[in-house]
Amino acid sequence: MDLSILIYLSSGLFLGWSLGSNDAANVFGIAVATGMVQFKTAAIICSIFVILGAVISGSGGASTLSRLGHINTMSGAFMVTLAAAVTVYNMVKLKLPSSTTQAIIGGIVGWNLYAGKPTDMQVLMKITMTWVLCPLLAAAIAILLYKLLTFLLSRLKIHLLTMDMYTRFGLIIAGAFGSYSLGANNIANVMGVFVDVLPFTDAVVGPYTFTSVQQLFLLGACAIAVGVFTYSYKMMLTVGGELSVLSPIAAWVVVVAHSFVLFAFASQGIKTFLESNHLPSLLLVPVSSTQAVVGAIVGLGLITNRQSIRWGKISQIFVSWLVTPITAALICFISLFFLQNVFNQTVYQ
Amino acid sequence: MFLANRKEQNGRFTLFRRTKKLESRIDEFLDNMVEAALLFRRGIKIYLKRGITDEFEECLEKAEELENRNDELRRRIETELYLNTLIPESREDVLRLLEHIDDLVNLVEANLFRFSIQQPDIPDHLKNGFRDLTKIVVECLEEVVKAARAFFRDYSSVRDFNSKVIFFETEADKVSTRIQREVFDSDLSLENKRHLIYFVEKIDDLANGAEDIADELNIYAIKLKV
Repeated sequence: MDLSILIYLSSGLFLGWSLGSNDAANVFGIAVATGMVQFKTAAIICSIFVILGAVISGSGGASTLSRLGHINTMSGAFMVTLAAAVTVYNMVKLKLPSSTTQAIIGGIVGWNLYAGKPTDMQVLMKITMTWVLCPLLAAAIAILLYKLLTFLLSRLKIHLLTMDMYTRFGLIIAGAFGSYSLGANNIANVMGVFVDVLPFTDAVVGPYTFTSVQQLFLLGACAIAVGVFTYSYKMMLTVGGELSVLSPIAAWVVVVAHSFVLFAFASQGIKTFLESNHLPSLLLVPVSSTQAVVGAIVGLGLITNRQSIRWGKISQIFVSWLVTPITAALICFISLFFLQNVFNQTVYQ
Repeated sequence: MFLANRKEQNGRFTLFRRTKKLESRIDEFLDNMVEAALLFRRGIKIYLKRGITDEFEECLEKAEELENRNDELRRRIETELYLNTLIPESREDVLRLLEHIDDLVNLVEANLFRFSIQQPDIPDHLKNGFRDLTKIVVECLEEVVKAARAFFRDYSSVRDFNSKVIFFETEADKVSTRIQREVFDSDLSLENKRHLIYFVEKIDDLANGAEDIADELNIYAIKLKV
């Protein structure tokens, strides 16, 4: 592989690493923080399923991003991703619930503006609608799931210790599903903008064709896995600590609701099913893992203890809907200028 | 090959078996509490009828065995809960609950011991009062065990059993006060009066201990709900 390609991809790999170190906590945080699942086990399961999700179901979100802006040079894609990474880094520093998706969208719009390309406003509107829909859907799923579970459990009268055992299995299965969904949904953030300027060619292994997009996503997913192994432990303890005020059942519901939302926004199968039944389908687009978790917790708060809802956290989400994409667009626009005029790179064609 | 398959199957079911074993230990622990309470009722009945007899000593011996067995069970449960990091969010509550129930078993055994060693002289006209008090206290202990079982399997019904515990504790207080009045209204010597009051209070302590556990259980059940 050409070294320059690796340098261009480095911003995507960095974003993948930071995604792994931050968002794995939403999936396995509670299980690790409470000691129900060992970190090593969680990291291995998370990494395997993130990679599977990215390679098998990751293409849907990437194609939507591609409809928003056809970034047609490697250096342009590099800068869009770097602008998103820098924005997310600063949002995390400011302790705002950051979204890699919103940063990437901002970066693409920034590139469109710089390159003088039109931004498909219809797609942009649809994407911004998913930002609102994501926490709302997570809240609705969490409420339904919690009601159903508490109804069933009140009738089954399961022993506290057996319930603990089921919760452990449940957290591992939900964690695996969540990791798969995270890989499927968020890989587009990490590598999506590189799809139109793919540096790879399809590889045929026996009867299987390993497409160039899958190779790219595999690389991005490996970066996420490195993030999980190297830096997610502390985040798991922090996020898990916040979630541990919930009962184990409620925590499990949060993880499943979050995972389902991410999966729904990445699954071609669900989209096809909804469309074939003449139901409103979901746009395949990367959504924020953190905001899905906050949405699910608020949903549970509404039906259990309204006083426990942290409205400050919700207002922070509203702020991040505006601040994240605008900041990323500005950083991208200014950086593209420097990349083109100082480093003599072709940032668009 | 057979051994390898067996080992794999064992591994797969270890968690399940370990959980079931621990559950049966907790059940045994609570069964022992109920048995100790019933032994206490029988022991006092025998004492009031015939004084210290072989039958009474047998009750005491059995209560002692149950107390030792529960100490052992509690330690095992405690170790397993910590070693296997089970029920992390309610582990402390469960251990405190078992500890306090164990204290009640100790109190049952200690009370029987007191009767065996000090042999209080209970006049006939007070015997019915002692019988009533013992009966109510044992019912209170049975209800608190039911509440503890409900905490493990159906925490929403803990409250129902707790209200019965509180009812019996209040009844025990009433009977205890009645006996104390009767003791001081009698012509017994002061040292005899003090001795009998001491025993009434010690029996009543069992109901008080049960009420304390019921209060704790209320909180633990609320914590499970949140």
